[in-house]
Amino acid sequence: MKVQKGTWVRIHRVILKPEERAENLPEDTAKVPLEAWTKGFLMEGSETGENAVIQTLTGRTVSGTLVQVNPTYDHGFGEEFIPEILYIGRDLKKLIGEGSHDEG
Amino acid sequence: MTKDDSYRAVMDRRNEIMKKAIGMDYSSFEISPLSFDYEALMSSTGYSLEDCIRIQHDAGVGNSPLLELKNLTNAARLVAGGRKGARIFIKDEASNPSGSFKDRRAAISVHHAKKLGYKGVVAATSGNYGAAVASQAAMKNLKCIVLQECFDSKGVGQPEILEKQRKCESLGAEVIQLSVGPELFHTFLLILEETGYFNASLYSAFGIAGIETLGYEIAEETLRRFGKHPEAVVITHAGGGNLTGTARGLLKGGAAETKVIGASVDLSGLHMASDTDFNRKSFTTGHTGFGVPFASYPDRSDVPRSAARALRYMDRYLTVRQGEVFYMTEALAQLEGLERGPAGNTSLAAAFALSMEMDRDEIIVVQETEYTGAGKHHLAQLSFARQHGIEISIGDPATEVPGRSIVLPSSPELIRPVEIDMLKLRRSLAGNLLNLRQVKSVDQRDIRFLLDETRLDLKEVIGILDDNGVVHP
Repeated sequence: MKVQKGTWVRIHRVILKPEERAENLPEDTAKVPLEAWTKGFLMEGSETGENAVIQTLTGRTVSGTLVQVNPTYDHGFGEEFIPEILYIGRDLKKLIGEGSHDEG
Repeated sequence: MTKDDSYRAVMDRRNEIMKKAIGMDYSSFEISPLSFDYEALMSSTGYSLEDCIRIQHDAGVGNSPLLELKNLTNAARLVAGGRKGARIFIKDEASNPSGSFKDRRAAISVHHAKKLGYKGVVAATSGNYGAAVASQAAMKNLKCIVLQECFDSKGVGQPEILEKQRKCESLGAEVIQLSVGPELFHTFLLILEETGYFNASLYSAFGIAGIETLGYEIAEETLRRFGKHPEAVVITHAGGGNLTGTARGLLKGGAAETKVIGASVDLSGLHMASDTDFNRKSFTTGHTGFGVPFASYPDRSDVPRSAARALRYMDRYLTVRQGEVFYMTEALAQLEGLERGPAGNTSLAAAFALSMEMDRDEIIVVQETEYTGAGKHHLAQLSFARQHGIEISIGDPATEVPGRSIVLPSSPELIRPVEIDMLKLRRSLAGNLLNLRQVKSVDQRDIRFLLDETRLDLKEVIGILDDNGVVHP
């Protein structure tokens, strides 16, 4: 899909390939690249998955692969409720007793 | 000629980049390969405690309420029995503009950057500090870039860090999100070099001076309200700045007798630079993965000499388990009507147990809270953990295995922090200072420095020098 110049997007780039990374990394980290994601305004029309150049909020020019258009926030309060926590308030309220208040 | 941006080349020019980015020449504090003048570094900010109070006041920071947690104290007394159960207070730092005590650090750094004429500020942090710098930069009309370690190699983000990203962006900052790895520092240096912005380091003297007001407020308010200073202040410990700044402020407020107690979440066994361990922990700061290494060698930070030197001030260091902190987070909301983030609740879990050791007429202060919400909330963290195969149960938290299980205490008496051996930690600091700074011989000033740094006695220090084959007078 063609993305218009000036659109707010997110790009991805590899900063260091595995062989360019620091020494003394744990094995699992050493075999993957160091990646970065940055948001900004598209400087020329591009397409998702293609190379793109953006201008960031501070005015920097950064290039990378266009991965998202109008990137949103999708973190929340968890995909499922954890009912285990429900006893905590109930038990503690039972312990201190209804309406009691130690002003000590 | 193109600039060499390889990892090694950038690290090799770190001192040059840092000098420009912090407007301070650390070589003026150096005494020897081992020692530097810590108090000279601290006073080099040029800001007195009164200046910091005024700068923060102008930025809407500080003077947070000190709230008594009467129901939690009551619970501690009922569990402890007898005359035990010290009064528990919490300093509600969530009332700062960006929702945490980190605004105190950011206010001084950003004020200073503005004064020196920098056009913007940069911070490398996945935590609340990013939001604090973004908020202060917005107030002072400076640009702001925040670098975060955010995703594992599968692109899965820690929900707490994703929330910090949203918060930083909502406050006008540019956020660079990175995958797991200590080379975040390499990218941070490149950004400082490219932009010429100020390094709003958590570990600069500005960052620590800004927290002194917190300790000072506690000393001043407890004396005014109760005619005495608190017997203990519990501080969530990671990089050491929170503890160092608060302790210095307590001393400036005359609270020399107050015990300074650090608390961290026990994440032992998880590697902080591991791509696979990254999303197996439910806490992104305030844990032993930072707390222990930074206490036993503070100069692993992003400035040549860290102003955060926890062992100069720490009297006791306790670890608590993830399940205990989640329990206290829920208890604080349910019993005290305060829905707050996990950071301050780490020290609250420790304080709840400490209260049961202390007498009823004693006072224990938990010195921070932080905001909570989507991603940062304990429900988000627990759900994320379960999704990643971490077993969540109710039982004895002593059986918890970081990265495998989270055990919520089945009853409050099972909140039992574990004491870290301070002597061992102090010895390890002395050894690290000698080894990592490649010290072969020392003079009297070096010995004085080791005594101040470690708070070991002279006999201990001499013993460590001998063990390391270091020539001494």
